[in-house]
Amino acid sequence: MSASRETWITGIGLLSSLGEGTEAHRTRLFSGDVPVANAAQFPPFVLHPLGNISFDKQIPKKSDQRQMEQWQRIGTYTAGLALTDAGVAGNKEILSRMDMIVAAGGGERDPAVDAGLMTDLRKSNKPEQLINDRLQTELRPTLFLGQLSNLLAGNISIVHGVTGSSRTFLGEEGAGIEALRIARARINAGTSDIALVGGAYNAERPDMLLLFEFAALNLKGDFAPVFAPKRAAGMAAGSMGAFMVLESREHAEKRGAMPIAKLGPIYSGRGRRDAGEVESSLGSLLAETMKQAEVGATAIFSGATGCEPSTAEEAKVLTDSKFPVRSITSRVGHGFEAAFPIGVALAAIAVKEGKLFPGLPNVPLEATSAGQLKSAIVTCVGHWRGEGAGMVEAIG
Amino acid sequence: MANAMRDRTGRPIIVVTGMGVVSSLGTGKDDNWKNLTAGKSGIKQITRFPTEGLKTAIAGTVDELYAETGSAPVLSEKMAAIASEEAIAQAGIGSKGNFPGPLFCAVPPIEAEWPQRRAVAADADPLKPVAYEDVLKFAGNGKFRSFHETFMFATVAEGLAERFGTKGMPISLSTACASGATSIQLAVEAIRRGECDAALATATDGSVHAEALIRFSLISALSTQNENPQESSKPFSKNRDGFVMAEGAGALVIESLEHARARGAKILGVIEGCGEMADGFHRTRSSPDGKPIVGCITRALQDAGVTPADIDYINAHGTSTPENDKMENVGVVAVFGERASKVPISSNKSMIGHTMTAAGAIEAIFSLLTIANSRIPPTINYKVPDPAIPLDVVPNVARDARVKRAISNSFGFGGQNVSLVLAGEPA
Repeated sequence: MSASRETWITGIGLLSSLGEGTEAHRTRLFSGDVPVANAAQFPPFVLHPLGNISFDKQIPKKSDQRQMEQWQRIGTYTAGLALTDAGVAGNKEILSRMDMIVAAGGGERDPAVDAGLMTDLRKSNKPEQLINDRLQTELRPTLFLGQLSNLLAGNISIVHGVTGSSRTFLGEEGAGIEALRIARARINAGTSDIALVGGAYNAERPDMLLLFEFAALNLKGDFAPVFAPKRAAGMAAGSMGAFMVLESREHAEKRGAMPIAKLGPIYSGRGRRDAGEVESSLGSLLAETMKQAEVGATAIFSGATGCEPSTAEEAKVLTDSKFPVRSITSRVGHGFEAAFPIGVALAAIAVKEGKLFPGLPNVPLEATSAGQLKSAIVTCVGHWRGEGAGMVEAIG
Repeated sequence: MANAMRDRTGRPIIVVTGMGVVSSLGTGKDDNWKNLTAGKSGIKQITRFPTEGLKTAIAGTVDELYAETGSAPVLSEKMAAIASEEAIAQAGIGSKGNFPGPLFCAVPPIEAEWPQRRAVAADADPLKPVAYEDVLKFAGNGKFRSFHETFMFATVAEGLAERFGTKGMPISLSTACASGATSIQLAVEAIRRGECDAALATATDGSVHAEALIRFSLISALSTQNENPQESSKPFSKNRDGFVMAEGAGALVIESLEHARARGAKILGVIEGCGEMADGFHRTRSSPDGKPIVGCITRALQDAGVTPADIDYINAHGTSTPENDKMENVGVVAVFGERASKVPISSNKSMIGHTMTAAGAIEAIFSLLTIANSRIPPTINYKVPDPAIPLDVVPNVARDARVKRAISNSFGFGGQNVSLVLAGEPA
């Protein structure tokens, strides 16, 4: 085992309300033409929608598409973009030994079946029997496979042929943090050469809105950027897929792959959401990452969700850090399992560009810019549990 | 100079010092082992919800605990906590509420269930059909707040981390029916990388509820032989007709040998190797050439630095589905060649059913008990052998045998396969 191994990001696949692919995201971020958010689909809840997209390019078989639910289509599609970007799509030799860690949530429901059954349950005197009868006849058999968390990874194996290993991490935001942390740790330790890592989230689902609305966590009414003064508390979820090909430097150089950025250390923790806890836990994670940061050449890409008090506490820590700050969430929405992966991916695009994209108007925390951008710190504080901070560094 | 604390490639030797298990056969290793070696079945008629009209009406439920929990994540956490308590007590590691390492936790699918949907539906406008958009208008009024926390995927691991004081962010994971083995593998890897000296690996599944059963039923995965529940799970038999859903949890305290010896812990067994290989063939079926299964077993053997000739026993995935048992046979025959029919292979699932997310951990524990007790639990309900599967399945009664080294297989829906190579205490 060599302690000197580096993990490079050699491929990025992105799909969000800003568009498809790294170039579309780069263009939108640097033009300042962000975000795309509205409350049109499920009023009054603010979402960053994906809109209608065709998945044919990366998931050519309609039969495959039919056996997936939307979150899996988004993820499988984006994984394909990342493999293509890294130049390994279709390379059976590499794909057959490629490791995979997917950060996933749960699958989708059939809202019509749920609604019909909820309606009839109210007047049923044999509710449990009614549930049996209805679900047996109304649930599509393939919906189950579209719901299983590990079937996003399963679909990536089937559609793209990634079969070295396949692991699915769960646990909302923390899953995305740990997926990248573990994949990098394995590469740096020499037990993995190349890995596909990422997550996907379909925000345009009433059942997920309901899950978070139980705790009144959704942003309602008008969109406002995270960290904007007097912003109402709440999450504006975003549909998104974010996958990356991570590779040891040796492996990338040997096959002549062009690196996008280096993935530096990732630190994670488990704090509660009581007052002051995020400030203290994120503060100590950031202190670790900042040891590698260069004042004037590092920016912080925040995954703050917009929930309180965690967002205000993160704002305080970030303000104290003196580094320029950009909210990833304001630009693409909150993507839960995909939140940290998309933060890392967008940070990689920025450090490769060597500069920081413009801040959003009327957000004082985003007012500062950086000179030449050599590295980025990506934060992710889960809306309920789990926090992390990671480093993305320019190469060369 | 050879270091007795390191394996042949210089990695720390990984040992198990604590084990805990909950299944339909009982709570704790002792009850489970007694019933398992007596060839008892934990499968029974489902009573927690009506099964009239359902194709499958049987499962290996853990009913005593369900009565006090009532939903999949809460039952799953409760079982995992009991198993972890047992494992940590046996290991005698750390102090109360202060486990000196990370937690890897395999959890079942978690989402709001019908009692929660009914609760919100009851508050909707009675004159209109219920729709998500209407329910969303009042769902945030505070009355349903606890539903959010209960149905987070992170909730089970969070509860365990809080209770046992494991270090850092716990990793929750799923590789479907291989999940339990993956949680062990992640712990082994973390110790090998030097990130920690000890870890708690848990896997739990308390998800026998109506919708979960119906979903599996709709893809024709379950046995429908409801008449004699205890005889429904019949791995490797010709008349096998599907798996039997079951609940349970397994927990293992995993340490480097060096760490365990330094604190004078009793060593229960060694995790010599882990192997995995994904299958890109189909969502619910294995590649017909068996390549991923062969690859997964072979990689585990390679990781352990042993050959098929060194394996004395195979703890089968053995789900009792027509497909799995056929393909597991193909894999075993390919790896073990002429010796395939001579290596005993048995399926714990014939007795405890398929504990799904928990299976890999529970069966690793049973494999280590098999080694420690020199006694192989049987594959029960083996009355009609499948001539296409000419393996020694340890039919119907337990067998005394010296087992130095075992392999435990776990193959999941979605093509996620993991095998573990386990051995007794090192000399």
